[in-house]
This record gives sequence, C-alpha cells and structure tokens, in this order.
Amino acid sequence: PERRAALGVSLPLLQRDYRFDQVWFWGCIQGVRGAYYIAEGLGPDRAAPRSRLYSLNCLDWSLLTPATKEMLALAEHVKGRFQGDPSFEYSLAEINTEAAARLTVSGKEPVMKEEARLIATIEQIDRAVGIVPRGAFVKTPLGSVHENRHFEGLSLVEAKKLSSYFHFTDPVNLKNKTLLEKADLDPSTDFLDSLEHDIPRGSWSIQLEKGGAVVVLRSLLWLGLTFYHVPMTKQFGYVYFGTGEKNLDLPFML
Amino acid sequence: HGPYQPHEPGYGLDQPGYSPYEDEIPDPRARMLAIKNAKAYLLKTSTKSGLNLYDHFANILTKILDEQPTNTVDIIENISKDVKCAQFRKKMDTLRDEHLILPTFEAAEKRKALFVKEGGEEQREEVEEEMPTLPNVMETAFYFEQAGIGLSKDESYYIFLALKNLINVQPIQTCRFWGKILGLEMNYIIAEVQLQEGEEEEETGEEGEGTTAEGEKEAEEDEQKEKEAEPPKSTYKPPPEIPKEANGTGTNKYVYFVCNEPGKPWVKLPPVTPAQIVCARKIKKFFTGRLNAPVVSFPPFPGNEANYLRAQIARISAGTHVSPTGFYQFADEEEEEEEGADTYEENPEFEPPPVAEMVESLATWAHHVKGILKQGRCVWINPSQKSEENEEDDEEEEEEEGEEQQEERGPPLLTLISEDEGMKDIPAWTAQASTNLIPEYSVAILQSNRWPGAYAFASGRKFENIYFGWGHKYSPESHTPELPAPVQAEFPSGPGITETADPTVEEEMAFKVAQEDALAEAEEEEDEEGEDD
Repeated sequence: PERRAALGVSLPLLQRDYRFDQVWFWGCIQGVRGAYYIAEGLGPDRAAPRSRLYSLNCLDWSLLTPATKEMLALAEHVKGRFQGDPSFEYSLAEINTEAAARLTVSGKEPVMKEEARLIATIEQIDRAVGIVPRGAFVKTPLGSVHENRHFEGLSLVEAKKLSSYFHFTDPVNLKNKTLLEKADLDPSTDFLDSLEHDIPRGSWSIQLEKGGAVVVLRSLLWLGLTFYHVPMTKQFGYVYFGTGEKNLDLPFML
Repeated sequence: HGPYQPHEPGYGLDQPGYSPYEDEIPDPRARMLAIKNAKAYLLKTSTKSGLNLYDHFANILTKILDEQPTNTVDIIENISKDVKCAQFRKKMDTLRDEHLILPTFEAAEKRKALFVKEGGEEQREEVEEEMPTLPNVMETAFYFEQAGIGLSKDESYYIFLALKNLINVQPIQTCRFWGKILGLEMNYIIAEVQLQEGEEEEETGEEGEGTTAEGEKEAEEDEQKEKEAEPPKSTYKPPPEIPKEANGTGTNKYVYFVCNEPGKPWVKLPPVTPAQIVCARKIKKFFTGRLNAPVVSFPPFPGNEANYLRAQIARISAGTHVSPTGFYQFADEEEEEEEGADTYEENPEFEPPPVAEMVESLATWAHHVKGILKQGRCVWINPSQKSEENEEDDEEEEEEEGEEQQEERGPPLLTLISEDEGMKDIPAWTAQASTNLIPEYSVAILQSNRWPGAYAFASGRKFENIYFGWGHKYSPESHTPELPAPVQAEFPSGPGITETADPTVEEEMAFKVAQEDALAEAEEEEDEEGEDD
C-alpha cells in the first residue's frame, strides 16, 4: 500500500515532466538486495520505442537509455539474479571470455553494468511477451499505431483462444501465413504476430478467474509476466513481477 | 427530391455552378438526369445483403452525427461495419437469444454457497473446547499486504470462508492457510491441517494389503522363472523401498487439503513417500491444475500430480518455514539429537526482538520444520533392517549395501537460517522491512531466494509463512535432467555362449584323422560337428 500510494504520486509527475502521452507501470524486478520498479512512457505513436524509467523506491525515477544490440547480446550471457544495486558490475571475464576479449579489444572494460543488464532484460521481456488483445490497436495508413476507440473488449469465447492476443512488437511471422489466412485478416488490426505460434507450444497459461470475469494469461517463458483482460470491456494490461530471468527449463517443465 | 440537406450526398449538385459535371453537362435537364442516375446507382440494392449504398450512407452519417466521436475519419470503416452488423441483427428479431448461462454465474453461485451459514451453527458454540482454531486469514493477509505480497482482499475472504467450511466438514485440530500454487489450467489453494488423533489410522490398513498383494505376485513370478531355465534370471535388484514416515511425524507431520478455487470441495492429498521426494528433486514440471493428471518425466515419477504436489509442498515447507528464534523451544532440552527433537512448543518467555533487528540479522529467524535428508525422510532409517522377509542370499547382499549407506545427518530442528547456504553469491534469504518511512509500524519481511515465492513476516509476537508461486526451486544453472542409468551388462559370458571361430577345413581334416581310430566316438562327433555348423 505504501508503494501503491507512492506510484500514484510519482507517475503523474513523470508524465508531466517528460511530456508522455501515457505512463504505464511496467512491473517490478526483484533483485537480491532490492527491487527495481519500472515504468514506461509512451508518445503518441504506440509502436515507437518506448522510454523506460526505473526507480528503487517508486519516487525518484531515472531514465534508461534505449537498448542496443550489444547490450542484448551480453545480457544473454549474464545469468543469475539481479543484485538490486544499479551500479553493480558483472565481471564478464568469468562468464564469457570471448565477449570479454571482444570488449577489451575495442577498448572498453570487460564488465557489464547492472543498469545495462536491466535495460536489456526489459527490452527482451517486452519483445517476447508484451501482449495486447486483438483489435485493441489500429494502424493508420500513415504507419503510426493508435488505440482503437471502437475496441469493446473480446468476448468470452474469443478470450479463451490464444489467437486473439498479439505480441506488441514488429511482426516476424506475419508474412509467412498462407494467402487463405491473410484473406481473413483485417490489415488495420491484424498487423501483429499472434500468440498461437509461439515456440514452445503451450508456453502461455490462460485462466479465467471468477468464473470468466477476468482472463489472466501468464507467460511460462518469463515467469512472472501476467496479462489480464476483462472481457467485453476495454480494460487490459500486463505487468511483470519477478526475478528478471528467462525460464530456460521450459521444455522440461511442460 | 427536395432541397438536399448538407449531409446528403447529393448536396450542392442541384445548385447551378456547383455541380462537378458542370463543364460537361451544361444543360440543366441533362444534369438532373445525371443526378437521377447517380442516385439510382446509389439506391441499387446489393444482391448479397439486401442493403443499398444510399441507405447505408444515410445510416452512417446519422450515427456519426448522433454520437460525434473524435477523429471520425480514422474510424469510419469501423463505423460502417457496425452499422452493417446492426442491420443484420434486426432481421433475427423473431428468435429470442437464449439467455446464456455464463460460467461467471456458476462461479458466483458457488461462492454464494460459501456465505450461507449452516442452520445448526448456533448449537456449536456450546462445545467450545473442541472447536479448532480457525486462522485469521484476513489478519495474515493484511500483514503480507504491507509487503506487497498476497491475493486480493476478496479472494482472501473467499479462502477464509472455504477454510471455515473445511473445518466444519473434517475433524481438524489446527488449520493454516499454506499458500497458493499456480498451475497451467487451474491453480491450487492449499491448507495445512493437523487432524485429530484417531483419524489417521485408516491409511496403514490399505498399505498392508498392498504389500501382501505384491509379495504374492513376486512369488508367482519366481516360480515361472524357475520353470523356464533358458532366460537367465535378472540380477537386477531394485533398491529396498524406504518406508514412508508415519502420519504425524517428519514429512507427514501435517495433512494437506487442496482445492482449485474457494467454493469447490476440498481434496485431501495422500501422504508423501520418500521415493516421491527423491524423484521430485530430480524433475521440474509445471502443475496443470488437475490432481489426477499423470506426471510424465524422467526418472518416472511414482504417482500422479497429487503426489507430485504433495512432495513439492513437503520440500517447500521443510525449506522455508521459519519463525523468530526462540519462539519455539524444545520440549526437553536434553533431547537435542535428531531422533528425539521432533516436538517443539511455544516458548512462553519469548520476547520478540525489534523489527529492525529482525531485518538486519538472519540469526533472529529459525526453521521450525525438519529438513529433508537425501533419503527423502526427516529421520534416517537403515534399509537393511527390512530384510527379514527375503532369502538368505539377499540378506547378505543387503547388509553389504547397508554398510555403504552412511547414516545421514540432517540439520537439527531449530537451526538458524543464517546457516542456510546460498547459491553462488546469492544468499538464501532476503530480509526487508515493509516500510522505511514509518518504522514504528513496519513489519519484517523475509523472502526466500531458494524457493522463489516463499515469504515470511514477523511483527512482535505474530508471524506467519506463506507461499505464492509456481512450486519450483530456484537454481542458477539450468535444469539438467538425470541421465538414464548405464545399460545393464549382458549376462556374464561362459563357455556355453561364447563365440569361437569355427574350425577351418584343415583343422577338421586333421581332427577327423585323429578320430578315425575311435569309430564309436567319431560318429557322435560328426553329429556334434554338424550341430556346430
């Protein structure tokens, strides 16, 4: 409750300071010694890269730089929990000597800061499992993505199907669909990848709580990502509460 | 025709000078004809749906002007679709929609049943001595909420009522809300319960019958094997089965009831056997939510999901149930060895240390559940004691094996959690205070890093443990499944089955010459040689 109150106070301030259109509370990554609270701010185009901010106490927020490919590649090698201290440095020499050698060649130190790892992890999570219901967003002919004001929520039947949820990132599989499937699609709303073809199969768990009043999807690949949607209304959202580690044992666990 | 309204498509066409075709059709009569043709085209009825474009446009524009949404031009296609759908529904007016019984309503009914009080409850108040203690779930939920952990208040209340139902149905001494384990299709809500004495003896009867049936089967198989001499008897002897701990002690100290949602009936989980715990340590599987689902894994898990769930609950309880140091003390301080230290009782002289101290040093917390040894039990047992039923040969072999298995010592009962090992550089526990701004009312919160999802809080004399999570242990390295056992050696080679090179022709001739003297033997040997070939 204390943190909720603090968030209620600081997020609107963020919106004012950074001139965001919308500010979302993204979630919380638990470190060993402390937790990071993450918020995202969006400009008018919802599909543009989002600016992310983190805070250790829900009151003071610091902007994170956008993720680069190097950061993503390095973050894959670093395993284990987050420490909870943003200036902590992981010594890459122990973990992966190749990457360390590459870095020393280019003149940088072979360490990875926890902040960079945080950025990369958030980016990975968003890319892999950031989902929205079908029809919630429309693409304008200009290419920018907006919320669909006509979206009234999925029906109960649709809400149980994995195909009614999309990844909110650049589509990868869309072009591979057959012409037959493409004919059914509506290009303004179906411009994103659906969840049906996620590898491995069954990496999402759909549950109806309260007898269908709320649909909850939990990702099994990133344990802790929860997406909720109230059918027949416009409410939906996702949040991450967890340790910030990919669940690599998923194939064994299904 | 009448003067066109501004929203009608023909507006402006009848004004001289504004028509788009002005330069083409200067003649007014021809223009009127063009307008009529255009309108007739718009009024053309579609062969598919019976609508015409003119009416459709009129409807759309009416709707837009009525509702006046912002950025209309962006959503005009959707509006058009909606209007078409509206048209479609009107045709089906004659059929009334069946009132769908959504699962929402069924669930709501079940929950309502929780709220209904039984009629005979007033009489029960007289028998207060035997009333089991219902845990104050809401109070616990409040403390955990200070830390940001827990379920919503509604759900906590439903669980509260469901626990009350459980107590009314089963003869229960003490009861506690253990936690919630998430599953793929459904989740589990788990209650830890201590049954009243006398209720637990039913289980042993069933087991006795099970073992005698197995004994008979084995006898039959042995007889069959002796008759068929050819296939050699398998020298594989399964390791002796380690008996499970009796109900009420060790891993089976508490009985667990689960239900998928509050309102559904509670199901009792079977007691756990050491084999199940040993196997559960090696596999990592998600729970599906159905208790009778099979657990497909390697090594094969002996049991279905109910057993796996019970085994995980036992491991989590043994690993993460903690209380402030000193809250519990041994009944008899002399019996501090592993065998006798099964009982503990509340220490009446316990003075709770301040919250700040509880957060800073982990030595203020202690486990109050026994750790599980590698064998899968809390109290080590020597398996060679079981060899009374077997033959003498087996006894000798098992005694040798028994010597190899050294007596396992687990940590004694009330160890401080500061002695828990961490993994790599991660400590086993993380302690925090719930709030730094209001230290007078803050609560000490403990999070387990070995079992993510296990939390404990302490505030003064109150403390509680709870678990919310997927039910798996944390390991920094990836899970590696156990390799299959090495392939068994084939039966030992002997003269009867060893392959030898067939004798060459010269050798045979030499042999024949040597045997020409003994004619009687030669005939037999020819037969033998014929067989060898």
